[in-house]
Amino acid sequence: MSSDGENDDFFFEDEYDDASDQGEMMEDIDSTSEPDVYDALSPALEEAPQRKPYDVTWKVKTLQEIIDMQNKEITKIQSVLEVPASSAAILLRHYVWNSEKLQEQFWNDPAFALNEAGLSPPSSPSTRTIPLPQSPSRRSNRSIRSGPSSPIRRTRSVVTSGPFECPICCMEFDQQAINKHTYSMGCGHRFCRDCWTEYLSGKIKSEGESAKIQCMESGCGRIVREEVIDELVEKDISKRYHNLLNAAFVADSPNLRWCPHPNCEFIIECSQAPSRMLNQIVPTVGCKCGHDLCFGCGYAASHRPVLCKIVKLWEKKCADDSETSNWLQANTKECTKCQSTIEKNGGCNHMTCKKCKWEFCWVCMGPWTEHGTAWYQCNRFDEKSGIDARDNQAKSRASLERYLHYFNRWANHELSAKLDAEFYQKTEKKMEQMQNSGNLSWIEVQFAKQAVDAVIKARTTLKWSYCMAFYLKRNNMTELFEDNQRDLERAVENLGYLLEQNISDTESISKLRQDITNQAAYVQKRHDILMDDTLKGYLERRWEFTVDI
Amino acid sequence: MAGLAPKRLMKELTEIQSKGTPEGIVLLSADDMKEWVFLISVLGEETIYKGETFALRMRFGNRYPIEVPEVTFLATEQYQPPLHPHVYSNGHICASILGTEWSPVLNAVAICITMQSMLASNKKKERPEGNDRYVRTAPSNPKLTRWHYDDDTV
Repeated sequence: MSSDGENDDFFFEDEYDDASDQGEMMEDIDSTSEPDVYDALSPALEEAPQRKPYDVTWKVKTLQEIIDMQNKEITKIQSVLEVPASSAAILLRHYVWNSEKLQEQFWNDPAFALNEAGLSPPSSPSTRTIPLPQSPSRRSNRSIRSGPSSPIRRTRSVVTSGPFECPICCMEFDQQAINKHTYSMGCGHRFCRDCWTEYLSGKIKSEGESAKIQCMESGCGRIVREEVIDELVEKDISKRYHNLLNAAFVADSPNLRWCPHPNCEFIIECSQAPSRMLNQIVPTVGCKCGHDLCFGCGYAASHRPVLCKIVKLWEKKCADDSETSNWLQANTKECTKCQSTIEKNGGCNHMTCKKCKWEFCWVCMGPWTEHGTAWYQCNRFDEKSGIDARDNQAKSRASLERYLHYFNRWANHELSAKLDAEFYQKTEKKMEQMQNSGNLSWIEVQFAKQAVDAVIKARTTLKWSYCMAFYLKRNNMTELFEDNQRDLERAVENLGYLLEQNISDTESISKLRQDITNQAAYVQKRHDILMDDTLKGYLERRWEFTVDI
Repeated sequence: MAGLAPKRLMKELTEIQSKGTPEGIVLLSADDMKEWVFLISVLGEETIYKGETFALRMRFGNRYPIEVPEVTFLATEQYQPPLHPHVYSNGHICASILGTEWSPVLNAVAICITMQSMLASNKKKERPEGNDRYVRTAPSNPKLTRWHYDDDTV
């Protein structure tokens, strides 16, 4: 610890032995420096064989590596600022792990930086160095500096001789029991250990708090340190606390993201997809759990070639009831008398409401009695109010039809993707059949599985391409996009058809095998063309959308 | 820690009975260790609430004072919640001390004092923005509402 007299003023340590955790930190230096060397040589850096300008590089990290990353930062700050490890951690968390900003603020005004981060100097006498009761000189010295921060009430933390009463539960503790059963941080606010435990457990368990748990005293911003929490709460709660700290670290780091797949505990590190880049790249990455995800938005699969923002809009649109109301608006009218919703699915314009028996004209919505004998034609059709009403309906219908066009295609591929497992199973059966009847070896029938892989991959891309097309402005570029889309769609359909073929005939197996292999290669090629062209299009700013991106 | 609340509340009650409450604050009922009602009035000539008295109800859970009590102004035939930009017409109060700023060292009287000073510093008798919408949809327990504290002036 620094023996510098000036700095000493700012550190009002909590009742905790710092020597031991410094020892731990020394060990940590060794263990954290190791992976750095290791990483450069290890195959952890996942890079596509030929990296395209729209691809990103990333690393898959384990939880331990994430913990090591934090410890490394903490150790660095600890030695640069000459503060204890736990203070360094609190400072870093407060400055969202931005160590440059932290150092700048700290050297600018150390007291301010410490205070901001919740390492405030005591607002009442420190109890660390002086055994209870405190010496009067120390007390007066401290209290000059610190005005009460809460206007309402001060805790009776100035312990005079005699028993100590916990201001929360009102239990009394005599002098001998104070050290064993009560605890105060550097801020000097003393409470019994049971109350601390109850308070901290509640904060962690029910409120999910971690890095920002403060002293129980009203208005005291002192942050409770890790070691203190570990000592005061049950093991399982302490475990949850550390999980929350790690989760907060990942959430605070723009370069990190949890793998969103169930039960996967890996973390992806990627520095090439900051949010400002997300209007020109789609940073699909693969986790070690075997699944893809989007680093940009956390979508639990690849949504290439569609931008994150468009995906969000699309999902919202699909989930939104507004589309239902759009349909209602386009396909139904209300009875002008009882307001029942009516869908007209045939017949003439003379409507009789089933509910209230009101007779009206479907075209002009006026009462039928005014129509005389013009049974099938509304001669009031040209009146302005009628035209306006019908215009609105037509627009609404056109917009709905457009949406449904893209949505149906999107949903169709989505549904197919859900039947993946079945598709694989069916194919596997066929592969067995081919091995048995066609005298083909195991390795020779793998072409079928590869073809299914190609179909599934292409369908995912096609699915998203319909979402993309929905938001594209109509222009020549969009036509080219839809040409590519159509070619891929056809290729996939053909391949799907071939895979459905019966293979009872031994003669035809070799031909079918040839056809499927060729078609699968073609699908792969069409897929790559669509993907490559679309993703390059972002970088070249070729795509124009009907929404802001 | 099941017995935390009763002991603490008993202590608070004893203190109120022996030392009394600050001026303008009266303990109306404390029949058990679950629900207390205080009467609050604002002192002085300056206040816009001159001559008015409000009833503040507190419900204490088992984890009090670690956990903040449920605090509302009564809205009954006899008592009406004060017209205040942080008090809804159903008696719910938007105050940080009843949410994120709660500290276990605070107590029932401290809450009363805060409410009293919140009323005293107010200059305009009006309901919060969106009062009707909030009151229509609000849960009966205000602690279930996610408050957003943005105004420290009154």
